[in-house]
Amino acid sequence: MQLQILKRTRRISFQGAVAVFVSAILLSLFFSGVLLSLGGTPPLAGFTTLFQGGFGSRWALEDSVLKAIPIFLCSLGVAVAFRLKVWNIGAEGQYALGAIGATGVAIAFPDWPSWAVLPLMALSAACAGGIWGLIPALLRQKMHTNEIIVTLMFNYIAVYLLQYLVLGVWRDPNSHGFAVSATFSDAAIIGPLSGATSIHWGLVHCIVLGILLLLFFRYTRIGYEIRAAGENMNAARYAGIRVDFLVCLVIAISGGLAGWAGFVEVSATVNQLQPAMLVGYGYTAIVVAWLARLNPAGIAVASFLLAGLRVGVESLQLDLQVPADFGDILEGSILLMVLAAGLFLEYRIVRKGRT
Amino acid sequence: MNFDILIPLLAATVLSGTPVLYATLGEIITEKSGVLNLGVEGVMMVGAFSAFFVAAATGSPWLAFVAAGVVGMLAVSLHGVVCLWFQGNQVVSGLALTLLGSGLANYLGTPYVGTKAPGFSAVALPGLSRIPALGEIFFNHDPLVYLSYLLPPILWFFFHRTGIGLGLRAVGENPAAARAAGLNVQRLRWIGILVGGFFMGLGGACLSLAYTHLWTSSLSGGRGWIAVALVIFAFWRPGRAVFGAWLFGGVMALQLRLQASGAQVSSSLLLMLPYALTVIVLVFSSAWRKSDAAPAALGVNVEPGE
Repeated sequence: MQLQILKRTRRISFQGAVAVFVSAILLSLFFSGVLLSLGGTPPLAGFTTLFQGGFGSRWALEDSVLKAIPIFLCSLGVAVAFRLKVWNIGAEGQYALGAIGATGVAIAFPDWPSWAVLPLMALSAACAGGIWGLIPALLRQKMHTNEIIVTLMFNYIAVYLLQYLVLGVWRDPNSHGFAVSATFSDAAIIGPLSGATSIHWGLVHCIVLGILLLLFFRYTRIGYEIRAAGENMNAARYAGIRVDFLVCLVIAISGGLAGWAGFVEVSATVNQLQPAMLVGYGYTAIVVAWLARLNPAGIAVASFLLAGLRVGVESLQLDLQVPADFGDILEGSILLMVLAAGLFLEYRIVRKGRT
Repeated sequence: MNFDILIPLLAATVLSGTPVLYATLGEIITEKSGVLNLGVEGVMMVGAFSAFFVAAATGSPWLAFVAAGVVGMLAVSLHGVVCLWFQGNQVVSGLALTLLGSGLANYLGTPYVGTKAPGFSAVALPGLSRIPALGEIFFNHDPLVYLSYLLPPILWFFFHRTGIGLGLRAVGENPAAARAAGLNVQRLRWIGILVGGFFMGLGGACLSLAYTHLWTSSLSGGRGWIAVALVIFAFWRPGRAVFGAWLFGGVMALQLRLQASGAQVSSSLLLMLPYALTVIVLVFSSAWRKSDAAPAALGVNVEPGE
């Protein structure tokens, strides 16, 4: 029997697409299960711990939502850039710069009230992240450098910049030698939604920013131009769309969102600047954006799922001593499988002779 | 600076540039066939770990070296399956491979962190190592360094004088024309991916077998990404890749020396140096030659049935 690959003439149904994705994820879970047993952990017990730890209790669900907040914001930014085929791999660095920008404000104005200091922190974080993204974009447009490598190098540079700051000028003198900044004043901390939950106001930031971005793409001229240029950059150029400007704008928005994520995380969760807050949310964000096919609602769902996996991996580590790197394996194999599964969305496979 | 400091520094330059050189040459081979593989970092990591593992188990560094190459081929075959068979996006697939490879190496390597394995040690080349200064810099190293001296001319010959090498370049420049000329595009791209992965794996092996001799988490530390940048710096030419790799080897060696000497510079800023230099070098080489040295069909999938 010979097989033939044909391009789909009609778009795949929603159920079909879901089935393809679910089977891709199941396959990668199977692969990771094999690795678990290689490492000496019974796979069934491992996955039970993983899903219980990530989604199995109120505490787990809250923790997953908390981790989903920075992932969602970073991923929203990544998706904006990917739409225009600008490969911004630098969310991790832009997130770090956002945290640095927010910390600078929090440390400079320790006696300001919340209504003044929090907006300024957000602004400073978004600008810092945006500029960290804008530099590679300008280099790409003016000097033809490859933005993939520059944004990635900027991640490494940002990590060491953060380290430099908390080891040097911003080091807390009372930290007993730890590389951390001073703890923020209460006014500079984003608090929980209510006394009954640990979920903080960052969730509201996510919802508002997500809706604003959706409105921007749907109802503004520039948003329309970005969508058009993403489909076909050359055609857009001939149509008089300023593609160079759009590339810079898009990556500034992208970096700004990742910076905002850094602000929310440093203010609400860590309360001080420290290197341990860089745990790879910026890379998970890329996985999330691609899983969601760059769609904002999909990003919300996928960031919650991958955040849950991260929380689950933490309990795997605690309960069964599985190394935390198992999380990278999960994310990498899910991404590979979903990429491969993309074929079934664009093409269909038939027996030769039939059409 | 006097010669007593300079010559060991230059020797260390060659030594620490060698792993990056292997990886850069691997990426050149892959990119020449029109496939962009951003998974170098992950492939180097699995190569480094498998070399370490085999060396510890068998005691034979040469066996470990070859094993790393084979495991590198296995790792990049994932990229081949996703991009060549399933038409996946090459950029994202490479990123996924980096995540998976680094995760896999760190995961499997956890029990071995801090342990040692037998590796290569320096063998002075008779005669050549007696040349003043140059002998010490170039000819008093482990065998993997000497092997790396032979690779650029071999690769030049491969790309310019052999049928497969010429076919590989044709497929990278214009797959449709190559197919019309009777070349098997898919097979040549598979060769580009697999041979490239073999070299990336070897690059990882250099790290664990010759550079450190011991296993640590995230051993590669971004060298795979630096290799991707060096391909552009080298304008896809194996000969120029040598100088790029040594330039980075020099910065890494210098940074280690400065840290050890207790210089009055923050170690964070020193550690930042190789990455900042990558950006600077990339900007200059891109502005100089723009992108016309790149294979024209780089990163573009060939549709099935076309």
